[in-house]
Amino acid sequence: MTSVSLNLSRDDRPILIAALFILVILVAGTVYTFARFGSAPLLSPTYLLQQLQIGAFLGIVAAGMMIVILIAQIDLSVPWTLAAAAMMATSIGGPLAIPVGLGIGLLVGLVNGIGVAYLRVPSMIFTLGVNAVMRGLMVAHTGGYAPQTAATDLMRSLAADRTLGIPNALFVWAAVSVLVAILLQRTALGRYIYAIGNKEAAAYLAGVDTRRVTVICFVICGVAAGLAGVLLAGYSTKAYQGMGDAYLLPSIAAVVIGGTNILGGRGRYLGTLVGVVLIVLLNSVLSIMDMPEAGRQVIYGLVIIFMLLVYGRGERVTS
Amino acid sequence: MLDDLAIRVRQNVGIVTAVLLFCILYVLYNLAHPKGFSSAVLVQNSDEIFALAMLAMAQTVPVLASGLDLSVGAVMTMVGCFASYLLTGTAAGAPLHLDIFGLHLFLGSFPGGISGILLGIVVCLAIGAAAGFVNGCVVVYGRIQPIIATLATGAVYIGIALFLRPTPGGKIDEDLNWALTNSLGDFAQTVHIFDDGAAGWFAPLAWIPVPFVLLVLIALLVWMPFRRSVLGRAVYAVGSAEGAAYMSGLPIDRAKIAAFTLAGFFAGCGGLFLAIQTSSGNADIPQAGAYTLNSIASVVIGGTSLLGGTGSAIGSIFGAMILRVISFFFRIFDIAPLLQPLFEGLILLAAVSIGALGVLRVRNTLELFR
Repeated sequence: MTSVSLNLSRDDRPILIAALFILVILVAGTVYTFARFGSAPLLSPTYLLQQLQIGAFLGIVAAGMMIVILIAQIDLSVPWTLAAAAMMATSIGGPLAIPVGLGIGLLVGLVNGIGVAYLRVPSMIFTLGVNAVMRGLMVAHTGGYAPQTAATDLMRSLAADRTLGIPNALFVWAAVSVLVAILLQRTALGRYIYAIGNKEAAAYLAGVDTRRVTVICFVICGVAAGLAGVLLAGYSTKAYQGMGDAYLLPSIAAVVIGGTNILGGRGRYLGTLVGVVLIVLLNSVLSIMDMPEAGRQVIYGLVIIFMLLVYGRGERVTS
Repeated sequence: MLDDLAIRVRQNVGIVTAVLLFCILYVLYNLAHPKGFSSAVLVQNSDEIFALAMLAMAQTVPVLASGLDLSVGAVMTMVGCFASYLLTGTAAGAPLHLDIFGLHLFLGSFPGGISGILLGIVVCLAIGAAAGFVNGCVVVYGRIQPIIATLATGAVYIGIALFLRPTPGGKIDEDLNWALTNSLGDFAQTVHIFDDGAAGWFAPLAWIPVPFVLLVLIALLVWMPFRRSVLGRAVYAVGSAEGAAYMSGLPIDRAKIAAFTLAGFFAGCGGLFLAIQTSSGNADIPQAGAYTLNSIASVVIGGTSLLGGTGSAIGSIFGAMILRVISFFFRIFDIAPLLQPLFEGLILLAAVSIGALGVLRVRNTLELFR
């Protein structure tokens, strides 16, 4: 590969390969459906839009997760932050529902950030504890049963309705994406985030208030999880126990498949978008194929390993 | 002499705190329990502790090498599902089939009786170790970050477990279940040794729970020799400074593979026991996730640094026991079941936050970033 024909930086290569892999999934899925049912639902815009609408929730969670991973931390409190936001938003109801949901996310993010940045507890364990606390609070709040409260009309229309034939959830995801992309590439805060991920001590010596930036990152992740919870409650018209459990590992996988270094400091937002689309399409192709849960898990794991073997290999530590 | 002791205590302050905390909590628990300090309570508690203690040990080894193994719960679940096929204990042996992609393959039959059970246990532990070995190879030769590599292999192992047991089921030999989940006296009676446990010299030992003995044996016969071996020391060295370990000519790759293999073996022990205890195989994904996360919590409470290089699997065992004893307390202090998850979370947060208060003493902020 000459530098003239393909002048790719090392951050762009994963995005290109992941995008190519999406094409492979689409082609393979279409060949399968054509051979078996004589139709090609994967190529119909309606079907694709519907899949992307479901993917929007994962996409919003992954956007927040990416920012935390970029500063070399991780947020394991996403599942119950999401569920708590959804449950509180539906039980408050009225015009305050959405602000309350986002506020829950902000509050959890703030606690996470203070624990990680000021107490220096490893984020892996602190956010795990916060997740357990949120779960405990919600179990106490709902009595362990499915909450009887319903999503407000605004939540439903944001998550489930369409404007000009395009699902509203996609507009929300797009807005979040634009905000995050601008934040990462066009603001000083974005530069600080990458700097902290590369070497926090160096960023600190360069005059960055690294602890405040860390708190801000966790707050962004918390708010993103809260927003996803509010939308998901709107989509399914109610909140339910364990609604966030299916979003933690896929969001980390989407970020990493998109080329973001799990050790922080490197990665582009476009990659995360591509990673989310890849996971959503992979899931939908597997469900078209009637793949049992066992096969899905195996394929899911193998795809992550395969993608990372292609472009995610670290360097050997030799000094 | 006293100076030496003081230095040793200071070096191991994490594990010493964990041991003291556990002793205090457990004595309090037994004092508050109506049947405290009895063999029955001890047996019940060690049954409930064993699987998590094994997973905590499993998690410790990769963490010492500054990796993290997110697949320990999945390996445990997978080994448990295998055990529910291999340890049925029917005298005639169990036929093994493999139904995949519409094919119906007959794999031969598994021997029955005592030899079949012993072989089944060995096979189950080997499967656990093999799963760990695969993790190690993906991390070392694939050069993928451990946290994300084991996330992916964990999904694969859960997939295999679901393939084996789409719905909970299977069976474990009743005698095996009875012998391993009760006291030494019951064990001797079931396997007919020491005059069925009636031998005079054996009586003072008969109250000890079998899982407790197994735990001590595994710690003494597997963990201690490993820690003192070249590979074990290399694991610690890799965790504290990989570059320096490389420059010193330590077998880094083999140490990492050994760390993950040992983790798989320990997780396999946990899965095997869980299957024996519940007499069935169950591909329970939430349970696998909960065990993985609790194993990380146990490691931290047991005084092992998540950055690697310091700590010990023994500490993690105490970490796991502390976590479990806290939940025992809920049973005797009449705390509403609905509030229990909240208290568990708060106690975990409080424990790690108190442990982190050392940051307030740091004079140079730069020391925080390592």
